[in-house]
Amino acid sequence: MLLLAFVGMARPWLPRAHEVVHGGMAVVCGGATLAVLVRLATGETGIDTLALPVGLPWLHANLRLDALSAVFLLAVNLAACLASVFGWSYARHDDEPGRVLPIFPLFIAAMNLVLVADDAFVFLAAWEFMSLTSWLLVLSTHREDETPRAAHVYFVMASFGTACLLLCFGMLAGTTGDYSFAGIRAQPQDMASASIAALLVLLGAGSKAGLVPLHVWLPLAHPAAPSHVSALMSGVMTKVAIYGLIRVLFDLVGQPLWWWGSILAVIGAVTAVVGVLYALMQDDVKKLLAYSTVENIGVIAIGLGLALVFKASGVPALAALGMTAAMLHVLNHSLFKSILFFTSGAILTATGERKLDRLGGLIHKMPKTALFCLIGSAAISALPPLNGFVAEWMLFQAVLNGPLLEQWELKIGFAVIGALLALSAALAAACFVRFYGIVFLGRPRSPAAEKAREVDPVMLTAIGVPAFLCIVVGVLPTVVIQMIEPVNRLVVGEGLLDAGGHGGWVWLAPASAFGNSYSGLMMFLTILILTILAVFMIHRYASNRVRRSIAWGCGFTDPTPLGQYSADSFSQPLRRVFAGHLFRTRDRVDMPAPGETRPARFTLESRDPAWDWLFTPVVRLVGWISERVDALQFLTIRSYLSLMFFALIALLALVAVSQ
Amino acid sequence: MMVVQALLAGVFQVVQMALLLLLAPGLTGLVRVIKARLLGRRGPPLVQPYLDLLRLLKKEVVLADNASWLFRTTPYLVFTAIWLAAALVPTFSTALALTATADLIALVALLASARFFLALAGMDVGTSFGGLGSSREMMIAALAEPAMLMVIFSVAILVRTTSLSLIVDFMLSGGVGLRVSLALALISLLMVAIAENGRVPIDNPATHLELTMVHEAMVLEYSGRHLALIEAAAMMKLVLYMALIACIFLPWGIAAPNDGLVELLIGLLTFVLKLAAGAVLLAVFETGIAKMRVFRYGEFLGGALLLSLLGAIFLYVSTGL
Repeated sequence: MLLLAFVGMARPWLPRAHEVVHGGMAVVCGGATLAVLVRLATGETGIDTLALPVGLPWLHANLRLDALSAVFLLAVNLAACLASVFGWSYARHDDEPGRVLPIFPLFIAAMNLVLVADDAFVFLAAWEFMSLTSWLLVLSTHREDETPRAAHVYFVMASFGTACLLLCFGMLAGTTGDYSFAGIRAQPQDMASASIAALLVLLGAGSKAGLVPLHVWLPLAHPAAPSHVSALMSGVMTKVAIYGLIRVLFDLVGQPLWWWGSILAVIGAVTAVVGVLYALMQDDVKKLLAYSTVENIGVIAIGLGLALVFKASGVPALAALGMTAAMLHVLNHSLFKSILFFTSGAILTATGERKLDRLGGLIHKMPKTALFCLIGSAAISALPPLNGFVAEWMLFQAVLNGPLLEQWELKIGFAVIGALLALSAALAAACFVRFYGIVFLGRPRSPAAEKAREVDPVMLTAIGVPAFLCIVVGVLPTVVIQMIEPVNRLVVGEGLLDAGGHGGWVWLAPASAFGNSYSGLMMFLTILILTILAVFMIHRYASNRVRRSIAWGCGFTDPTPLGQYSADSFSQPLRRVFAGHLFRTRDRVDMPAPGETRPARFTLESRDPAWDWLFTPVVRLVGWISERVDALQFLTIRSYLSLMFFALIALLALVAVSQ
Repeated sequence: MMVVQALLAGVFQVVQMALLLLLAPGLTGLVRVIKARLLGRRGPPLVQPYLDLLRLLKKEVVLADNASWLFRTTPYLVFTAIWLAAALVPTFSTALALTATADLIALVALLASARFFLALAGMDVGTSFGGLGSSREMMIAALAEPAMLMVIFSVAILVRTTSLSLIVDFMLSGGVGLRVSLALALISLLMVAIAENGRVPIDNPATHLELTMVHEAMVLEYSGRHLALIEAAAMMKLVLYMALIACIFLPWGIAAPNDGLVELLIGLLTFVLKLAAGAVLLAVFETGIAKMRVFRYGEFLGGALLLSLLGAIFLYVSTGL
């Protein structure tokens, strides 16, 4: 990958550099995907460690590959491979590929390194490298208006996140100074410092993953990058953050406390609902998808939170249920978010438009893209028999086990989390009906959309493969769940299907779901048979005549495509019910009086409460403090010396007291 | 013995699916007749919906010029999804072959699939009416679906399962007494059923060309066999909800897996009677209430959601396991 990065840097002298880089990355990541897949499929559960003699002289860089890393490596490399294939063709339309090419392989390499790190140094170095390379990728479109602000916010949030993680590992290592993960694991944690570490990792990894209210950078930064990079940032980099969360909360700290899990699950539930509500109000394709990532991260966090609560309460079988749901959703989301971001790239290539209200009718111009995107949209809306539904089903089963818990706060909390999860699922369906309906259906809303052409076969392959995988995983979920089993045994101590359950590979019926079962395969076959039956019967015995005519529309033929429902009008009822107070949305209609010739105007305002309630006050506070501290810049040398002296005294006193 | 049971379950499943298909238009016809009588009209004959469907099936399809393949496949998908969902609800016997395939949560998701595709089809031709219907349908669903899931949670926690056949068996065994939560769940489920089936006060199934319409606006561009499928699906959905409410809250009469022919016949008879009673109640309710303004749907369905959530919370707290 380093080699490919150099090829990318040498682009000005190599005319075909972008093909070498993307092709090479596709081969490397494809190979890695296959290797991990074989390892997972054969049920290899061993742990491989490797100490590289790099870094400081007395410290080696420790690497380790276990089941948890392997599943995330699978998600990362599969998506990276697809993104490389997509990029191979997509980057041809890029004006200045030199800004993306050298960094793209480094970004993927950094993500891989985070996943196999086995000490805090390597982890943090790789994490920071991942942040920096992705920041550079965001900046690659620096000519666009919004990018500088996006990059700035992202930079600040990424630094904040890394700082939190740094302190978190400090708390975990304690006074021993052993920063290898093995050392941290071996060391007993006292509850106070472990709790502080858990909160810090929630802040650090949570801000990277996009948990509310630390999500604000995500919908700015992800859409700014080129589409295949957006797919990686949204589909995969957030998962690396989730990996950090799991590694610390389930592995390093030892036995968790129940309230960490409840915090995580509540934040997840709020994230899911707020994320999808926001996605519903976006009018930019890529921003909509970025907010939908926020929602899906929330769903994953709910699964992890439930697993943590159950693990702390000593019911590992149920913890495995939540964990499996979360892990499956990690894989699922990397699949359908790849489809959707690649689709946005294909649309951008075909039309040059990102605004929903300037698209429409693309199903006629780009039929294959439209089909794949339909599968992706249905999968992300958790419709059976696709893959999104399986994870959702398991999450609901986990929530249903809430009455098993002792704390009454948790019992009420579980019911509310279940309701919020159901709400976010229903809203996600609305969101993707709006997305798909406005982009692909209806009549073209701009000349660019009218002149769109289907994209080339390379891009179509990159969109089609994950769409196919969505169906496979949805129909045969147990195959994938078998691969996740070693993770459950590693982090919660028991596999999902260890306690028995029936059904083999056709029925998903874990014992912890108390006798409930679901079979994607049977459902898929039944739907297929019934549909074929209905089509055959009707075409054979009823009528199969078709006549084309102008649209009926209650007798009113609409002269212009602008008379169609637009993105804003579609979401208006939902805005009115849900978003009025939360986002302070205001619809303003400026209607000229009869006889006036100026056009009527409609403006829509909304605000992110996270900015108003959290970030603006924090920024103001930081400004206030820095103004006060500013005075320290202009002291005499005597004052500086005395300040240093008193600081030294204070520190020595502190050491003396603590010893 | 196992083989015989499995075979019987398969036969019952097929019988049930055929039965639903046969009864669905009849139920809609019955509601229309009773409503007409309550309003002092004679009303159409009971078999009118059957005749309507046959007439539509025989007619040619008039497609808008820019209708896509999605528009043409949606009626089949919607019909199948709702038919399958209805097939999961025990009507006369709990021995059904598809029980292990999908539970109540999957049933809700199947209905969501049907709605997803229908809403997309509404936006396909690009008329304002279609978008209006789709947009409102998704808003209603965004509240009705969580409410329904919360009802399912309440029932599932009491019965310790989300499999419909097991729920019916448990309810029949008398293991559940009168519960406040169940009452709340019933009220909420009734409200959801009214909204999901597009009945007064949420939507008026008898209306066309009205700015308040929802379902009819979505399917405005459909004609011929496509319209027949969508109408049949809507009729089947009404049966589904009535059967669902009946099998959870009034399960008496449904035959258990090992029952003989007499119990099966009783099961069939009671099912038809329950549907008839449901039709009377629905007609009386619809006649007695006025249509709501569109922007009060949020309050109505939000109420349903809160009621069901309250019921679920009671159970979460009171049920120690």
